Amino acid sequence: MSTIDQEELEAFRGRVRSFARENLRPFASGASVGPLRNDRTDQEELAAVARDREVQRMLFDAGLAGVCFPREYGGQGLAPEYQRVLNAELVGYEYPSRLQAPTLSPCAAVLLDFGTEEQKQRHIPAILKGEEIWMQFLSEPSGGSDVAGALTSAVRDGDEWILNGSKIWTTGAWWSDWGLCLARTNWDVPKHRGLTVFMLPIRQPGLEVHRIEMLNGSKEFCQEFLTDVRVPDSDRVGEIDDGWTVGTRWMFHERMLMNSPLVTVPSGDQQNGDGAFFVNLVARDAGRLADPRARELIGEAHMLDLVNRRLRRRIGDGIATGTMADQSAAIGRLFGGVVSARIRTIAFDIAGASGGAWTDDDGEAAFSGTEFLMRQVSCIGGGTTEMARNVISERVLGMPRERALDRDVAFRDVPRGASSGARD
Amino acid sequence: MLLTLDPDQELFRDTTAKLLSEQVPFEQLRLLRDDQSGFDDGYWLRGAELGWTSLLVSEQDGGGSIGDHGLVDLALVAYEFGRHAAPGPLLVANVVVATLSETEGHGFDNVISDVLLGKSIVTWCLGEPNPNDRLGAIELDIRVDGDDLVLNGVKRPVESGGRADYLLVSGRTGTGLTQVLVPVGTAGVSITPMQSVDMTRRFSVVRFDEVRIPSSSVVGDVGSADAQVDRQLERAVAINNAETVGAMQAAFDMTVEWAFDRYSFGRPLASYQELKHRFADMKTWLEASHAISDAATDAVATGSPDAPELLSAAKAFIGEYGSELMQDCVQIHGGIGLTFDHDIHLFLRRHTLNRALYGTPAEHRQRIAGLVEFKGEAQ
Repeated sequence: MSTIDQEELEAFRGRVRSFARENLRPFASGASVGPLRNDRTDQEELAAVARDREVQRMLFDAGLAGVCFPREYGGQGLAPEYQRVLNAELVGYEYPSRLQAPTLSPCAAVLLDFGTEEQKQRHIPAILKGEEIWMQFLSEPSGGSDVAGALTSAVRDGDEWILNGSKIWTTGAWWSDWGLCLARTNWDVPKHRGLTVFMLPIRQPGLEVHRIEMLNGSKEFCQEFLTDVRVPDSDRVGEIDDGWTVGTRWMFHERMLMNSPLVTVPSGDQQNGDGAFFVNLVARDAGRLADPRARELIGEAHMLDLVNRRLRRRIGDGIATGTMADQSAAIGRLFGGVVSARIRTIAFDIAGASGGAWTDDDGEAAFSGTEFLMRQVSCIGGGTTEMARNVISERVLGMPRERALDRDVAFRDVPRGASSGARD
Repeated sequence: MLLTLDPDQELFRDTTAKLLSEQVPFEQLRLLRDDQSGFDDGYWLRGAELGWTSLLVSEQDGGGSIGDHGLVDLALVAYEFGRHAAPGPLLVANVVVATLSETEGHGFDNVISDVLLGKSIVTWCLGEPNPNDRLGAIELDIRVDGDDLVLNGVKRPVESGGRADYLLVSGRTGTGLTQVLVPVGTAGVSITPMQSVDMTRRFSVVRFDEVRIPSSSVVGDVGSADAQVDRQLERAVAINNAETVGAMQAAFDMTVEWAFDRYSFGRPLASYQELKHRFADMKTWLEASHAISDAATDAVATGSPDAPELLSAAKAFIGEYGSELMQDCVQIHGGIGLTFDHDIHLFLRRHTLNRALYGTPAEHRQRIAGLVEFKGEAQ
């Protein structure tokens, strides 16, 4: 950690700074990304995706993409400090937000950990150039938290596998390219021992993408239906039936997302404040910047945001130096989820009646009501906070595990519903 | 506490922890309830010998730090004070002696040297009676009268006021602040003891009635001590935070152990998911408190521009969430957690007192709003 050449780091900063100044558009204030808002048409969303790919390509050509990815796969092979500099220097500019998660992490991170040389050569440079956007085919309609209970099946057929089933909660699958898919390859062993990971193109016959409408009208979340999708064995990631080894690491990367040196997230609070800055805008537009009650709430939002960021850094450092177990990533996941939900509540309270009924003249206050309705998304998406609490208590504090009825039983015999028996 | 310490810091922290365990074990702390003096002379001398009061003092004045920043080292001592619910004027002594040492051309050599040796106790008279007790509100009058200064006003709570040899008094001269170092024996100074939720620390009301002191007692310049007071407040909050996190850590560790040892309905408490989830929340608040406390201390030590924001975020967060953690630890203990013979109240007391000192969570939240407001209007 202390071997960073400060001069080189500053030279890198200079390069990022001039690149940003010459090539990037300013960050559009209030343009939040993700399922909390529904303020874009499909055409606008597709244009934004195209621009994200373009910016990613510009970063790649400037030698600024994949700062911490190995050089042999098109990255820069630099230390995490360089990624922090990039994050700091991009504050106030547009950045390819849709290419970060889940493409660069967990997907590319999992490829780096488990992919074959050929898989890495084929996909990592393409990802870094903005040519491939990846999705996680992880959750299924039958259960979100019980990831290892996946029902999507993969059956061997010569050099290929045939996949059938359904995946859900992919954000933006309708404009994405590849999926990293957890499937069941063996029903005769306990659930964790019969899984395998595959990669597959999203746009192909047999794979139908259905867009799910959320309560706020957003249609970014998708569900995929796989019908006899053929995947060559060369697109298998990790060993057969050893998908849980991959999956464990996969979910580690997911929990560490905001801490990952593989991901670019501008560090300024306008873009990366988990909404604390949104609270300022709501207070401004609601005319409440001078209201003492509102000011206390603004202070609380920023307090939580600052603490959240420092906690993430502590956990990232702790895991990197081995002073904390990998499972401690769940601590950051839990806090981040709860904080984001609380900040939505604060914004809604500051907006007052305008959070409940608004016109276009109400500015940011107009968004606060619908964002409040959606606030639990931060405690559900990416693994629920309940699961995080289990991981913290059981894996970090070493408390007794919850009783499970699916351990040491062939997955075929595990009950899957009130009326259902096992699969026949 | 920081995740990684260098070997010297680790040794220093260890030695401090050992001294505290030996000198002020929990049984000893319970006895302090009826001891007006609050701590033993020998205890403080030994701590001073270890360096408890010298970390923020320049080498020229006989002090010195272990690592790069004395405040970071001091936060380690404070953390151990919290973990042991230890008595003694650690915070005020360091804040005051740091200012004395930093004052250019000061004539406080003897005072500083006695504080470094643990022979003299110095304390800080900052807060004032209600309703003028808000963070940073200072009304005590210091007027210039020829070659003298005259003080009138009341300060409270003054930590270890009853044991102090010198008082650093923050007062107002016109529109600016003035700080003076007043020996406790000066005519017109009266000190009366207060009661406190924390039975291991002592506080006093100090009254200044036409207290006349020579201008050589001024620390810095008359009417321009505002920045000096801010700096003291920053250090005080940083030390207070580190100590509070130590108290939280001790209570949490104690409660985790209890959850494994205590059985009901034939199972340990630690096996109940309802309790496990609460422990997960507490662990999260605790790690968050460590993270923000360390970040704020580092920002103050290095003079980073985000120090005020981080400090207030830390003080507000640790105060608010720390109370939830502490009271949940009591709750999980059940009735025994509310008894005098159990150790947990020692930490509950320490946290509760620290929450109230140097700005409540609400005051610090208001302060953050003021600090971030310009960012909102810049858009």
